[in-house]
Amino acid sequence: MILTAKDISFRYSKKDREILSGFSLEVSQEEVVGLVAPSGFGKTTLCKILAGYQKPDRGEVLLDGKPLSGIKGPCPVQMIWQHPEQSVNPRLRMREVILEGDNIGQDIIKGLGIEEDWMNRYPAELSGGELQRFCIARALGKSTGFLLADEISTMLDLITQSQIWHFLLEETRRRHIGLIAVSHSSALLDEICTRKIELQR
Amino acid sequence: MKNGRKTILEIKNMSISFKQYAEKKGTKQIDLPVIRDLSVTIKEGEMVAVVGSSGSGKSLLAHGVLGLLPYNGKMEGKISYCGKPLTPKKVEKLRGNEIVLVPQSVSYLDPLMKVGAQVRGGRKDAAAKERSRELFRRYGLEESVEDLYPFELSGGMARRVLICTALMKNPKLVIADEPTPGLHLEAARQTLSDFRAIADQGAGVLLITHDLELAMEVADRIVVFYAGTTIEEASADDFRQEDTLRHPYSRALHRAIPQNGFGYIEGTQPYVKDMPEGCPFGPRCEGFCEECQKDIPWVKSGNGYVRCIGSLEAGRMRA
Amino acid sequence: MNQRKKTIIYFTAAVIFLAAVAIGGLFCKEAAQATDFSQKNLLPGLSHPFGTDWLGRDMFVRTIRGLSLSILIGLAAATVSAFAALILGIASATLGKGVDAVITWIIDLVMGIPHILLLLLISVALGKGLTGVVVGVALTHWTSLARVIRGEVMQLRESQYIKIAEKLGHGKLHIAVKHMLPHLVPQFLVGLILLFPHAILHESSITFLGFGLSSEQPAIGIILSESMKYLVTGKWWLALFPGLMLVLTVILFDVAGESLRKLIDPGSAHK
Repeated sequence: MILTAKDISFRYSKKDREILSGFSLEVSQEEVVGLVAPSGFGKTTLCKILAGYQKPDRGEVLLDGKPLSGIKGPCPVQMIWQHPEQSVNPRLRMREVILEGDNIGQDIIKGLGIEEDWMNRYPAELSGGELQRFCIARALGKSTGFLLADEISTMLDLITQSQIWHFLLEETRRRHIGLIAVSHSSALLDEICTRKIELQR
Repeated sequence: MKNGRKTILEIKNMSISFKQYAEKKGTKQIDLPVIRDLSVTIKEGEMVAVVGSSGSGKSLLAHGVLGLLPYNGKMEGKISYCGKPLTPKKVEKLRGNEIVLVPQSVSYLDPLMKVGAQVRGGRKDAAAKERSRELFRRYGLEESVEDLYPFELSGGMARRVLICTALMKNPKLVIADEPTPGLHLEAARQTLSDFRAIADQGAGVLLITHDLELAMEVADRIVVFYAGTTIEEASADDFRQEDTLRHPYSRALHRAIPQNGFGYIEGTQPYVKDMPEGCPFGPRCEGFCEECQKDIPWVKSGNGYVRCIGSLEAGRMRA
Repeated sequence: MNQRKKTIIYFTAAVIFLAAVAIGGLFCKEAAQATDFSQKNLLPGLSHPFGTDWLGRDMFVRTIRGLSLSILIGLAAATVSAFAALILGIASATLGKGVDAVITWIIDLVMGIPHILLLLLISVALGKGLTGVVVGVALTHWTSLARVIRGEVMQLRESQYIKIAEKLGHGKLHIAVKHMLPHLVPQFLVGLILLFPHAILHESSITFLGFGLSSEQPAIGIILSESMKYLVTGKWWLALFPGLMLVLTVILFDVAGESLRKLIDPGSAHK
């Protein structure tokens, strides 16, 4: 599969300036693409558009030439967010959070170091690093072909960051999942990416 | 060099715990210890960074010092300010004057009040005006910014406005709680160097952050926070090499920096309820032994402090 | 003692008291009407704890019967009202801008008119009696709960975890049941319980004013309004005990609802 963003423009409201204008990108499933952008660029918005959470004002996001918005069932493009506490329902046990993903294998749960004991807990009873592991596992369903990672390790300690990225790189390489990573840290992107794109206003 | 300076804030053996229900539906309440046995000292002109990941309890440190804990929080330990105990009454008087908190975002500004009036805190006298103008000049804000409303500020301007607001009263102690998340590297650097400048003017700065790499660039000393406990305090220079670090966790952190090999060790920081006996890092540590399951003291080691038995022994052997 | 233990105690006490009154009242229909002229105008005593009235009717039995009626009417009205709030609140939040505008407008309209006035109008229009009161109370009390539910659903719809669930391919039903219900149920229950005291007070008020239940039924409002005439003659017990019992009932409901609300409020959830 190929994920294509074609000529995307976006602004929050008619009064604002365009935060994205004529943005295009093509990513294959063998790539790890890093996006670097100055603050205020709207990186999270770009991720949301690429993952189909937000409609662009102009342009389109295509998966193998077909619009992403037309796909039924689990979306092949999944996004992992910066703040895991906001990405899980505070009233669901972690076991149910995992079940939300599309057939999450035991190997993924093991690979991310998720312990059986955490499964019966509510999100408030886990640390940020532990929660983020669940969010990553949930996004790695059977049907996932592309993964968008929006500053997923910013709030975690450096060791957790390294653990998570080592796992993700290995898993996506093995399963041929295309990876798009957003980070403020160029050093991190240099370490993980096959291609780096510097975005300018 | 800094030894002759006056101590502004001294926190000794601070512990913060929260009363919570043990089970989601039970009636039993327990005390969750979020911060245990934390000690930090800040001197005039010094910038100390407390570094820990999200959920490690480090933000509560700021709330504890400022007397802003929620109703179910409980604090123990000694806090002294300029050599005298900092009582709840005293902190209430000093908060916003001598001791200021620089919050994370513009949402702490009053959206319906012009920036100038806000920075001056409602004062209209000439001295206040002059002071605010001087601060604006120092932080590269034009005078016209005074007439803007908070929503008209860009992210970078907003942060500088927050800093100016904090500096209006010439504070002796500035506490910055996570000032950089979501910022581009350059903007984050700029923000931290602004705080550095505050310290260079003579105030003490306590920086609470998750970003060790940035803290290394600006702080004088770094306190590493792991699962609610301080495990090492070291000069920023000590963090440039692995050998000068004392605690195995700090050393693992150092190795995990992308430029330093991007290495990792297994395991996770435990959640407060899962805290192991003794050293919280014990289960992940190579040098783990029976002694590690006892209470580990906070001891001086060179120009820093460490909470690790292995490191003590290594030190003894070296001696 | 912590919040949860207190809540359990208040709640159980309230439920036992109210259930006892409601059920007890069902069994003393005749006793509440029975007159005994040899026992009239008696002060409260051992054989008649609340005394007797000018027809020799036992005030304790009458009060229980009256409260029981009020509680059952309150129960019916509050339940209907709460379900109306649930349905309209969810509809308002999910069926688009047009529906939302209409429902919000109705909410504002109902809230704009004083409860008691609207209640009187509806009750009179429906020919007073039981139906009039139930419909009146039900139609006037749903608004604030509907607003709470509408707000909650709207906020939930925008939450990250629900958007993620949609992306993971889950349908509307799954999201409603798994993600929204756990947030709405506690809100709904608290709203429902806090509706009871209102419903009971309003029912008694309009009955007291003569626009509610007919005077053959010993509703608490009727008892109070009849007793008022005898107050000047010094028969204080006729109004005092029924009044106190009404206040007690209302307070008990309120206490139960309030402590339940504190339990689910994150600001005090760990007290």
